[in-house]
Amino acid sequence: MNVLKIQELSVRYGPVEALSKVDLEVQPAMVYGIIGPDGAGKTTLLRSICTLLPYQEGSIEVLGYDAANRAKEIRARIGYMPQRFSLYQDLSVQQNLRFFARLFKVNHADMLKRREQLYKFSRLEPFAKRLAGNLSGGMKQKLALSCALIHTPGLIILDEPTFGVDPVSRVEFWQLLHQLKADGISIVVSTPYMDEASQCDQVVLLHKGRMIGQGSPAEIISGWKGKLYSLTSSDLRKLYEFLLSRANKEDLQLFGSEIHLFSEQELSSDKIASWQREFPALESCVEIKPGMEDVFLRMMQ
Amino acid sequence: MPSFSRIRAIAEKEVFHILRDSRTLAIIFLMPLLQLIIFGYAMNMEIRQVPLLVDDLAMNSSSRALVSAFVNTDYFVLIAKEAGTLKPDELFRERRAQATLTIPKDFGAFQHRVLLRIDASDPNSAQMIQNYALGIVNSTGVRTEAGIDLRAQILYNPDLKSSFFFVPGLIALILVMVCALLTSISISREKEMGTMEQILVSPVSATEILFGKVIPYLILGLLDALIILAVGMLLFQVPFRGDFSVFLLFTFLYVLTSLCLGLLVSTVAKTQQAAMMMALGLTLLPTLLLSGYMFPITSMPVILQKLTYIIPARYYLQIIRGIMLKGNNIAQLYQAGLSLLSMSVLMLIVAARRFKLRLS
Repeated sequence: MNVLKIQELSVRYGPVEALSKVDLEVQPAMVYGIIGPDGAGKTTLLRSICTLLPYQEGSIEVLGYDAANRAKEIRARIGYMPQRFSLYQDLSVQQNLRFFARLFKVNHADMLKRREQLYKFSRLEPFAKRLAGNLSGGMKQKLALSCALIHTPGLIILDEPTFGVDPVSRVEFWQLLHQLKADGISIVVSTPYMDEASQCDQVVLLHKGRMIGQGSPAEIISGWKGKLYSLTSSDLRKLYEFLLSRANKEDLQLFGSEIHLFSEQELSSDKIASWQREFPALESCVEIKPGMEDVFLRMMQ
Repeated sequence: MPSFSRIRAIAEKEVFHILRDSRTLAIIFLMPLLQLIIFGYAMNMEIRQVPLLVDDLAMNSSSRALVSAFVNTDYFVLIAKEAGTLKPDELFRERRAQATLTIPKDFGAFQHRVLLRIDASDPNSAQMIQNYALGIVNSTGVRTEAGIDLRAQILYNPDLKSSFFFVPGLIALILVMVCALLTSISISREKEMGTMEQILVSPVSATEILFGKVIPYLILGLLDALIILAVGMLLFQVPFRGDFSVFLLFTFLYVLTSLCLGLLVSTVAKTQQAAMMMALGLTLLPTLLLSGYMFPITSMPVILQKLTYIIPARYYLQIIRGIMLKGNNIAQLYQAGLSLLSMSVLMLIVAARRFKLRLS
């Protein structure tokens, strides 16, 4: 059985189409990534799954319930972590957990047991009495995740959970997600980070409300047709200008300390050598394997 | 069916917020006290030490008794005789006197008429002066006009103390303002902070959220009413002639109505700022102008009179004045109480219907 099944979903805000014909299926114990830049429609998609937004076309089925008319059943069975930190900052870690447990009618004994597990899992116990507002970014996210898990849901929906969190905490947070997956929990997570996308079992790439790709990260990368080259230089900006006169702008991407160049055919060694003559500051030009980000940027065009 | 345990969870969480939030605490306790003290001393409508010129043409024991009756009160003070050379008009224009009393030559024997001239450039004061004078003249047992034995009797507030008027009115005004602010801000804050989005993804219902929000503030509102009442009685010596339990019962209803008004506001306002403006706009002026607090309802145009029926303070003013000044019992107030109850039920239903369990 699918934990989540979305068919031909379209969501409009007035005349603006935020999502258009999105399909996806999430199986049990799977990490499903919603990948896309800001404004791609990730939050709209996640809110629709949580029954927070009405949708105009298509269908959403969450844990066997139709999102159009069984909102209450769905809301009782999923865990949700909105994009913005949305717990009570003036309540302590413990009080937040207790409040959400009571909201979901978890009885006291079960709540204590579950809290124990979640404290171990998130290592938040030493901060039980600290106000949520005084936690660090990473700990806030761990608390939000714990609150979303307090009623032992089968599916959790996380909207950019690691946004604005330091890299160490990000890695730690993803370790928690893998642990949850191992416990059989399905996770739908949105992220703008491509390194996180490659940690998902399945991803859907969203751009301007449309799906531009779907599948496992390996499948998506293997769908890459053509060659990719990495070029470096001491003067990257000049190199970029130089390449602009030799290749299409769409085929060039600046990547921190290198430039990625897409080419349908293999670049001949003569061509590379001639570039090196014309632009002596070109240090290297080697073929590389494309990453998620390359694929995504390519697909956006 | 709303779940009691969920309502309790929300109510308790709300108490934590209140205890940690100094701003809310200030609204609840400091604002009413400040208002009471500022309004109380600024809205003093009593008139004291009115400069009075006495022109006693009789100079007999009756006239002296009358004059001393005037002087023995705090309301009038005699101004020096030499001013008597001026005409009343000039006296008034130069603000040397606000009233003159002329006692005719044969006063006490054949004449029972005295003439009181009052500067009525401030009609309210003039009215007060006339009433005071009337009271004094009556208390001396002298007839004001031959043949007509006019004896006005002023009930419930014989000294026409304005504190009797404004303290009950302020209780009504402050309660409705504070309570409407509290619930409307509390819900719009959750919308603004994003916490509403979080709690909506749970089986919680609109009714549970609304009840959970109202209950803690119901207790706080009542506590507030008691504080204002106590301070009003201590600072301004207002009597409390009715039964305390009757006061509690009806004040409970009024606080509930005001909180439900706040809930209604919160279903419209998206931010705390908007909620605050709306709650104040819907309570402050309507209560001051249309509840019968400042202006008697019976003297309003018919349309405005009809409008007063939807002002909760209209009913509560009747109740609170009735209890404090007249010692009314439940039987005499139940109609006003029922009006408040039906208003709150109606507003609660509308708020629950309008409350969106989805984001817009």
